[in-house]
Amino acid sequence: MVEVINVPHTVSGARLKSRRALQADVILRWSLRVTALSMLAVLGYFFVRLAITAEPALSHFGILGFIFTNNWDVAHNIFGAWPLVVGTLITSIVALVLGVPVAIAAALYVTEFAPSRLRSTLALLLDLLAAVPSVVYGLWGVFILIPDLKPAEQWFSNTFSFLPFVGGQVSGPNYFIAGLILAIMIIPIVSAVSREVLATVPLQEKEGALALGATRWEMIRLAVLPRSRAGITSAAMLGLGRAIGETIAVTLVIGSSPVIGHQIFNQGYTLAAVIANEFGEATPGSLHISALIAAGLVLLVLTLVVNGIARGIIIRSDRRRGSIADKAVA
Amino acid sequence: MSTSKTKSHQTSKASGKGFGVKVRALHAFYDDNEAVKGVDVDFPANKITAIIGPSGCGKSTLVRCINRMHEEVPGASAKGQVLLDDLDIYSLGIDPVAVRRTVGMVFQKPNPFPTMSIIDNVTAGPRLAGVKRDELHERAERALCDAGLWNEVKDRLNKNAGGLSGGQQQRLCIARMIALEPEVLLMDEPCSALDPHSTLRIEELIVKLKSRFTVVLVTHNLSQATRIADYTAFMLDGELVEAGPTKRIFATPKNIRTKEYVTGKFG
Amino acid sequence: MNTLAVTSPRRRRVDSLARWALLAGVVLALAPLALVLLYVLKRGVGALSLSFFTTDPTGAFFGDQGGIKSAILGTIEIVALATAIAVPIGVTLAVYLNEIGRKSKLAMTVRYFVDVLTGVPSILFGLFIYIVFVVGGMLTGFAAWKGSAALALLMLPIVTRTSEVSLALVPDSLREAALALGAPRWRVILRVVLPTALPGLLTGGLLAVARASGETAPLLFTVLGAQATTFSLGAQMNSLPLQIFNDVREPNPQLVTRAWGAALTLIVMILLINLAARLAARRNHLR
Repeated sequence: MVEVINVPHTVSGARLKSRRALQADVILRWSLRVTALSMLAVLGYFFVRLAITAEPALSHFGILGFIFTNNWDVAHNIFGAWPLVVGTLITSIVALVLGVPVAIAAALYVTEFAPSRLRSTLALLLDLLAAVPSVVYGLWGVFILIPDLKPAEQWFSNTFSFLPFVGGQVSGPNYFIAGLILAIMIIPIVSAVSREVLATVPLQEKEGALALGATRWEMIRLAVLPRSRAGITSAAMLGLGRAIGETIAVTLVIGSSPVIGHQIFNQGYTLAAVIANEFGEATPGSLHISALIAAGLVLLVLTLVVNGIARGIIIRSDRRRGSIADKAVA
Repeated sequence: MSTSKTKSHQTSKASGKGFGVKVRALHAFYDDNEAVKGVDVDFPANKITAIIGPSGCGKSTLVRCINRMHEEVPGASAKGQVLLDDLDIYSLGIDPVAVRRTVGMVFQKPNPFPTMSIIDNVTAGPRLAGVKRDELHERAERALCDAGLWNEVKDRLNKNAGGLSGGQQQRLCIARMIALEPEVLLMDEPCSALDPHSTLRIEELIVKLKSRFTVVLVTHNLSQATRIADYTAFMLDGELVEAGPTKRIFATPKNIRTKEYVTGKFG
Repeated sequence: MNTLAVTSPRRRRVDSLARWALLAGVVLALAPLALVLLYVLKRGVGALSLSFFTTDPTGAFFGDQGGIKSAILGTIEIVALATAIAVPIGVTLAVYLNEIGRKSKLAMTVRYFVDVLTGVPSILFGLFIYIVFVVGGMLTGFAAWKGSAALALLMLPIVTRTSEVSLALVPDSLREAALALGAPRWRVILRVVLPTALPGLLTGGLLAVARASGETAPLLFTVLGAQATTFSLGAQMNSLPLQIFNDVREPNPQLVTRAWGAALTLIVMILLINLAARLAARRNHLR
């Protein structure tokens, strides 16, 4: 403070002013921090409330009993979510099997093969797949896809009845149709994330492969895919997360049958669909509501685990890649 | 598969002569921007020819035309002739993939495949070319010896290539290229990302390699050109200003701009 | 004389096979988009008329079933309120993450949970709001603003993530230039950082709006639905996705036709918002 006496008046004035500005900055910092903290608090609160509301059903049947009991019987107030869990898994796996290869192929074509003029247009169109609302996919599924595909499904069921989970009478709404629509719905995210991952492969490495006399495809196998394997896996996991949680389109084409179907052309149910369908009919405060919320909790945990795995894969491969990049610079 | 390897390739090796490269009226473009404006230049067999010039003069673009890497840049195109032992690689029906197998290239920044082991990096090219599995290791060892890297890596061939130092990575890239047994080596400022000690080792290596290959070396480092190049070509604004024996270009340049550049007046 | 090694025919075949297979992937991925748009157009256009847009649904199964006026207005109202909630909070969070928090523990935690939020199925946001606002506490009953709250939760991570990316694109040299002139940080953020990032923020906001406009699940147990047009955000309200979802399940071809018409309307709205987002992105001078 002693030095302040020696400095000219104007300078100390400026200092005062900047101190006020400094206070404003401190206020800004803290208010931003409080916003961030309150977002976390709200999320925590939601999770706790969800758990509390689900508690009656979970303690009535036990957590494992609720998940693994193969009996969802609203009339008798028995709620075992196994048929829903199985339905969710079947439809998601069908979506993964059908959707992921297509999404990755599209991403590879757009980033590595498409003429540069076409690239952004193709990318835009792939992104637009995500712009179609779930309920519209459902509408299309119910009135176009189900009737149009039924003969083909029946033919497949008759011809390949020796395969597991295939054979017998095909029903209109079924696991396969739901999985097919989910596949369409996860293509944009899987392909967008894959494209992002592919774009991070350094140009030098691709040129390195080409300069060795690799064809385009050999370049992809040599320089592009090994680099992006982790990222693409995690893109597929993100797609799986989407498929598990997708509600409205599935609700419309799954058939709403709480009994596990024995082949993929049978009716079924999923966790999300059962909530969408039955929530409106259930009496507030009843065991039914609690069971539906518990189903939501199972759904939440499932998606969190799947997304967590996706994130873990990315972080791990980033860390490994980071160490390589550091060394290359040194 | 190994029959696809041409006989002429082997006979030329037996004679101990690499292929000379002649560039004739070469124009190269990025979209509408002309980066190389009608260049004629010869790169004699089994000699080192340096291309010098200030940044942006088109020297990198020129070498990238010699193995047809230039066209991999979106929007890039080239016209004119590049004669590889009298075969025009820009004539119709020439497969750029085959050109690149005969004309190897080393880049500014070392670019080993980071997910592969050292040995897999070196054998990547021969594996693509269909070299038999039991020959691969021998080829890799020879290439690594030639690149002066064998003693440093022989105990960790299966370790990841990312663990090598920058200079070692660049020598690995050279080994990866000569494992393909090309005729011409293009080097696009191979030392610019390296420390002086690694630079020296690579220069020694290049001099050793010229007995078997035709070397085209792009460099912004004039003293590097005087140290190792037999011939030097000076480029400015996409045009070839002057080319000739290195000693003459630096001692008695005919062109005033060459003189100004080699004496450090600009660039 | 040909002095080049020949690329084996097998390698060429594999290369062109791969090229065609990957192209097939593009075609397979885009075919559903084309088919959905085609059918929505084909079946929806027949439903369109002036009265389709100017009358409310009557709720009648036979006879005059009415149009989708309340649904269009409801969607706009609900999404507008959701945007008014989500965009300020999302941008604030992004400013915190990029300008203040950076790599601090709190910032990393917030980023983590924003990420988590991105993956939460949208129906769960409806459940959250139902538990907290519809049956819990004193605020019982269904209302439009509760649907907005659910949609806001859905939009929040989208807005935050895209905003953080566009703030990160503002070069540090710009911040340093302003700071070197003696401007306090809050002024730098308000006068320099946010205006520079504005096109990016706009794009992010619009993409979130487009996403929220098509959502059905978060509205099911929050706004529930209604027939008549209302401008009261405290009342139950209709919306396009809800209207479609209800009409699809009616065993009456005329109501289904209304669903197709509503779907066409909704898709056109969403595509327009997407288009606006792309245009905003194009104006971004940082790219």
